[in-house]
Amino acid sequence: MSSRRQFVRGGLAAALLQPWLAGAQEREAPVLRFDELYGAVGPRGLSFSARVNELRGRTVRMRGYAAPPLRADARFLVLTRQPMAICPFCSSDADWPADIMVVYCRQPSLVPGGQLLQVSGRLEAGSATDPDTGFVSQLRLRDAEIVRS
Amino acid sequence: MPPISRLAGALFLGTFALASQAGALYPLDRATILAGSRFDIKVEFDAASPESALSVKLNGKPLSAEAGRPSQYVERENGKAGSALIWRDVSLATPGVYTLEASDGKETMSVSWEVYGTGARKARNVIFFVGDGMTLANRTAARILSRGIKEGKYFGKLAFDDMPHMALVGTSGADSIITDSANSMSAYTTGHKSSVNALGVYASRAAGNLDHPKVETLAEVVKRRTGMAVGIVSDAEIEDATPAGMVAHTRRRSDKAVIAEQLFQSGADVILGGGSAYFLPRNVPGSKRKDDLDLYAKFTQAGYRVAGTDSELGAAAKDPKTSKLLGLFHLDNMDGALDRHFLKKNTVAKFPEQPDLADMTRHAIEVLSRNPNGFVLMVEAGLIDKFNHPMDWERSVYDTIMLSNAVQVARDFAARNDDTLIIVTPDHTHGASIVGTVDDSKPGSDLREKVGVYEEAGFPNYPKANAQGYPERVDVSRRLYMTYANTPDYYETFGPKMEGTFVPAIRNGDEMIANPAYKDVPGALLRVGNLPRKGARAADQGTHTADDGLVSAMGPGSERFAGFIDNTEVFRNIVDALGLAPQQAKAGKKAAVKARKAVAAQ
Repeated sequence: MSSRRQFVRGGLAAALLQPWLAGAQEREAPVLRFDELYGAVGPRGLSFSARVNELRGRTVRMRGYAAPPLRADARFLVLTRQPMAICPFCSSDADWPADIMVVYCRQPSLVPGGQLLQVSGRLEAGSATDPDTGFVSQLRLRDAEIVRS
Repeated sequence: MPPISRLAGALFLGTFALASQAGALYPLDRATILAGSRFDIKVEFDAASPESALSVKLNGKPLSAEAGRPSQYVERENGKAGSALIWRDVSLATPGVYTLEASDGKETMSVSWEVYGTGARKARNVIFFVGDGMTLANRTAARILSRGIKEGKYFGKLAFDDMPHMALVGTSGADSIITDSANSMSAYTTGHKSSVNALGVYASRAAGNLDHPKVETLAEVVKRRTGMAVGIVSDAEIEDATPAGMVAHTRRRSDKAVIAEQLFQSGADVILGGGSAYFLPRNVPGSKRKDDLDLYAKFTQAGYRVAGTDSELGAAAKDPKTSKLLGLFHLDNMDGALDRHFLKKNTVAKFPEQPDLADMTRHAIEVLSRNPNGFVLMVEAGLIDKFNHPMDWERSVYDTIMLSNAVQVARDFAARNDDTLIIVTPDHTHGASIVGTVDDSKPGSDLREKVGVYEEAGFPNYPKANAQGYPERVDVSRRLYMTYANTPDYYETFGPKMEGTFVPAIRNGDEMIANPAYKDVPGALLRVGNLPRKGARAADQGTHTADDGLVSAMGPGSERFAGFIDNTEVFRNIVDALGLAPQQAKAGKKAAVKARKAVAAQ
């Protein structure tokens, strides 16, 4: 009973603190835009922009659209520059655009596809494969929080 | 008259009886098969049975003896369904009618196939153009914009307008009257019907995409049986359905990483297009692979010259030592002619050195024609379809003009020796039609009232085309009005999309809605669509139609393109021109005379 009360009290405190914390992060973290992700582009691949190289390992803010969820229990969401009309996971002839951001949230969060989000998280650059889904990404936000939805 | 309840019961029993007979045989009934080509035979029984209870006979004789090998037996396919037998890489050398009968003691099934031979080789080369999704309206609009029209008469024709032979081509697949590009290309390149999303396989009940019964593709049979060169050119991703159809075997066209490997395994001599993302290992940003395979390295090790820009392509092709060439010019689909030559939108700024399809065709021919045994070249204008889908008709029509330019390159080559069969065909159609013009000089701001029909349409005022056949302005004051019949909800703006390809609809929750980005375009009109908004096939764009395509052909063997033909007959006409299973030479003079008499008697 007491643990439940503590949980409720803790949850309440977190709920009260969250806007303040989020507000602080929002004020401080630099903004990264989708058109700033890559520098040189060509058939042999992309290279990360100078801005991405500068911000690696730091908390950044991004604004983008949540793609339709991969799975109800997915540990990450995909943020895209434009709303994705087709879900690349379920459609046979759609592919992800190159400029996507994979977002691993601190708390699991199910966001409906198509929603415009502001997200903050620690920027990670370089190829990585999600162990659960096999999804390969080049850019990720770790320990992320959805700041405004 | 029986009571209604008894009748309903009888109908129910009838349906039930049919539903319980879920077995299947592949190749399907009425399949037509090139003599000597390879294919898998699969028998699917509804029930699980021991192997000893199963009997499969070809023309009354046990199939394993006829095929020269035993089958693979699966007692419970996918762990739950009935038993299955599969024979891989069977070929039947002798033309004729073959009947396959299968039984497990409870269920008996049979199919019949026609195995056909060919005449002697007539064509040294085949150049096969696919205008993906090219509908009659695309051809007509391309002729109007490129050649001009006055008082009802055109000032010229497109390169495929005056070919001596043409036919209507039926595009339906084994599973549906409506095909997709995988299914339809598979029919062109294997002579077998397939199903939506499938390439080089019959869509069976197998669970794995790569486990379905396979049929040999044009590139494979040409490589296996002749010393000819093979070229695959597209302005879409080179792993996209149409170019993939030359080599691929998978139930799902979305297996693009696998298809890229199959392109390498095919040994095709010239491969030009977009889609380099699937050639890069996953650690390279821009890669769409999930593994570490570096296909660029594989191709280089196998002796291919590699090009990434227009100028590199020209230099590689010009080098007389180049006999194998890989040119990939975009991570994704390439950009279309309207953007590359004039508007500079979409991804042209990022990929400024993409070659034109006509140049890719020229350079492919330059390299392939070094092979003394001749060549088969497939060229796809893939973006005609990519732009018809989002109802961006101007972009699709500029690419139809580009296809005409590419065909002209082939015609100029063929004119030197008259030994090349040229075919130009769509793989399916779209619901597109030219209904008139839109005239800005009409009074008012309501664009719908500026649509002219009948005598009010008159003629559009596009400027005279440049040397490449393109009008240099597309946003003219009296322009064509081309619309699509099968659409999602969208805002009709009655004009070209100067800032980038049209995006007619977007997803909103669980349904597709008209893209609000176009709502405030002056004069925009909400057109309520007629395609499903929800579910797995919710439409955010136009869809393919079952209307026949128009195929044009010239050169040796082109006379077989006449009347209405099935899409599998396009393959038959190609292999006949190439003489891939010549019968008369083997049968001797007496049989040849007999055959000629039989033909004459028909």
